[in-house]
Amino acid sequence: MALNSLGREIPESYAGRKLVPYGDPYSITPSGKVAARRLRRVNPGASKLLSSLREAIEASGLKDGMTIATHHSLRNGDFLLNRLVAEIAGMGIRGIWIASSSVHPVHAEIIPHIKSGVIAGFHCGVNGLIGEMASRGELSCPIVVRTHGGRARAIMEGSVQVDVAFIAAPCCDEYGNMNGYSGPSACGSLGYAQTDALHAACVVAVTDNLVPFPVVPVSIPQTLVDYVVTVDRLGDPAKIVSTTTRITTDPVGLQIASFASQVIEASGLLKDGFSFQTGSGGISLAVSDKVRGAMHRGNIKGSFGCGGITGYFVEMLEEGLFGALMDVQCFDQEAVKSIARNRAHQEIGADMYANPFNAGAVVNRLDCVILGATEVDTSFNVNVNTESNGYLLHNTGGHSDTAAGAKLSIIVAPSIRGRLPIVRDRVTTVTTPGETIGVVVTERGIAVNDRHPELKEELIRRKLPVKEIGELQREICRVTGTPRPLQFEDQVVAVIEYRDGSIIDAVRRVKE
Amino acid sequence: MKIMKKVQAGTLQSSDLMVFLEPAETLTVTIESTVLKQFGDLIRAKVDEVLAKHGVEAGEVRITDRGALDYAIEARLETALMRAEG
Repeated sequence: MALNSLGREIPESYAGRKLVPYGDPYSITPSGKVAARRLRRVNPGASKLLSSLREAIEASGLKDGMTIATHHSLRNGDFLLNRLVAEIAGMGIRGIWIASSSVHPVHAEIIPHIKSGVIAGFHCGVNGLIGEMASRGELSCPIVVRTHGGRARAIMEGSVQVDVAFIAAPCCDEYGNMNGYSGPSACGSLGYAQTDALHAACVVAVTDNLVPFPVVPVSIPQTLVDYVVTVDRLGDPAKIVSTTTRITTDPVGLQIASFASQVIEASGLLKDGFSFQTGSGGISLAVSDKVRGAMHRGNIKGSFGCGGITGYFVEMLEEGLFGALMDVQCFDQEAVKSIARNRAHQEIGADMYANPFNAGAVVNRLDCVILGATEVDTSFNVNVNTESNGYLLHNTGGHSDTAAGAKLSIIVAPSIRGRLPIVRDRVTTVTTPGETIGVVVTERGIAVNDRHPELKEELIRRKLPVKEIGELQREICRVTGTPRPLQFEDQVVAVIEYRDGSIIDAVRRVKE
Repeated sequence: MKIMKKVQAGTLQSSDLMVFLEPAETLTVTIESTVLKQFGDLIRAKVDEVLAKHGVEAGEVRITDRGALDYAIEARLETALMRAEG
């Protein structure tokens, strides 16, 4: 065991890999080169089209112990990963690592294949039951949780080698050109799959919408795709979009949004050229709504909106409030329609979005990002991975990438959720380090990290309820009572990788 | 106060609780909660305090808590006790 710079106990090694404890957000400098893969040749007349998923798995050369990847742009509506794993199990292949861009509750179907040894582990975070069962000691498979940018980095540097990428392609031709703009499973941006298409040893496009050659615009080109295979359905479009893409009507949420937008206005960042990212949660959208109003009032022309794009940002683009949208993932159908229609709605890969080890990611150009939190501690460290019962339930997403990149990262969260205070002495798990968090906004007050003294002064001058984070914590705990700390076993069930590959925390089995 | 009949009070919404009361020879209290690990002892202390305040010495008290704050626990339990009396 070693302690990292945040005082978290990190094992020396995990799943056969020696771990580097987290130090700080910006210091690790990469060495070496981008991981290479073999050259290929496809002569005129050759067909890439195969007749079944099974044939595609055979053609890919998938063997025991190899690593596969899928993307999560179909989110909780994805059918592909479940079908793939069932097929792989049926072929008698074992010890497969999953390096998908995310795993969702719908993928609980693969749990029997984890128990039976078809799946050996996860090179990615998991949402839902798989993480919960691992936390209870009911599943034994290593889980390495990565950020969106960190996943792109790991694949590009070769620390995660994807043997076969199976790419759900909502619109695809028989030579492998694809996009996500149309078809029954349209998901918009294929940002996460772009990295896989560039680096996996074998690339299989899986589609439920085979159209005549060539698909244009091309999101992922034919030059990267080895095989094309059709299936009945890639996913359930109703579940592809997030369900939470509406502005909150909850008075607590609206109060938080009002404070957050006032923080943005006070920051001095809200001027021509403003760049902004939010999630799709109800409070985030309420902040966007208020920022939109302020931009209209001030006649401000922003440069770009980033993310996770929602219909809300599409409206802001079409109203001229942003010059462009940089879109790694569409969160709703309005965003899907927009990416097909708006030239300034730019699809970007996960590498360009958030990878720390390239010549500069889009997150580096963000002025302000609005982020959520399950818990925050008095050093501003944020947890979004584990619930307050200690179970690993959520993936990191772009949380730590955008926090590290943006000039100002703002956490918005209610001060109390089901009696649990948002501010703790120590978060259950560190997802995002406090030194990359600017402000924590709750309905009871605003805590500003000491790294932003001028902003703090300005907020006080504007008579906003600025409180020291410890003061905010004591105030909340007077209402909730002080929670007893959770008890954990020594067994590590997952590690949380920071975007640069160092380990920011380890998730341990919960003592029941 | 005496628990004379079977009653309930509350909801299962987040930050609320359900209280179930039934007549019994002896006093038993069972608590289920989404935050049992963190607040089980505080919830129990609040329930005991309210029962003592109303002189409840017998009955089956079941609490299903969804992270309610102390004032909600007190209000729901007192409501249930009043319903159980008559």
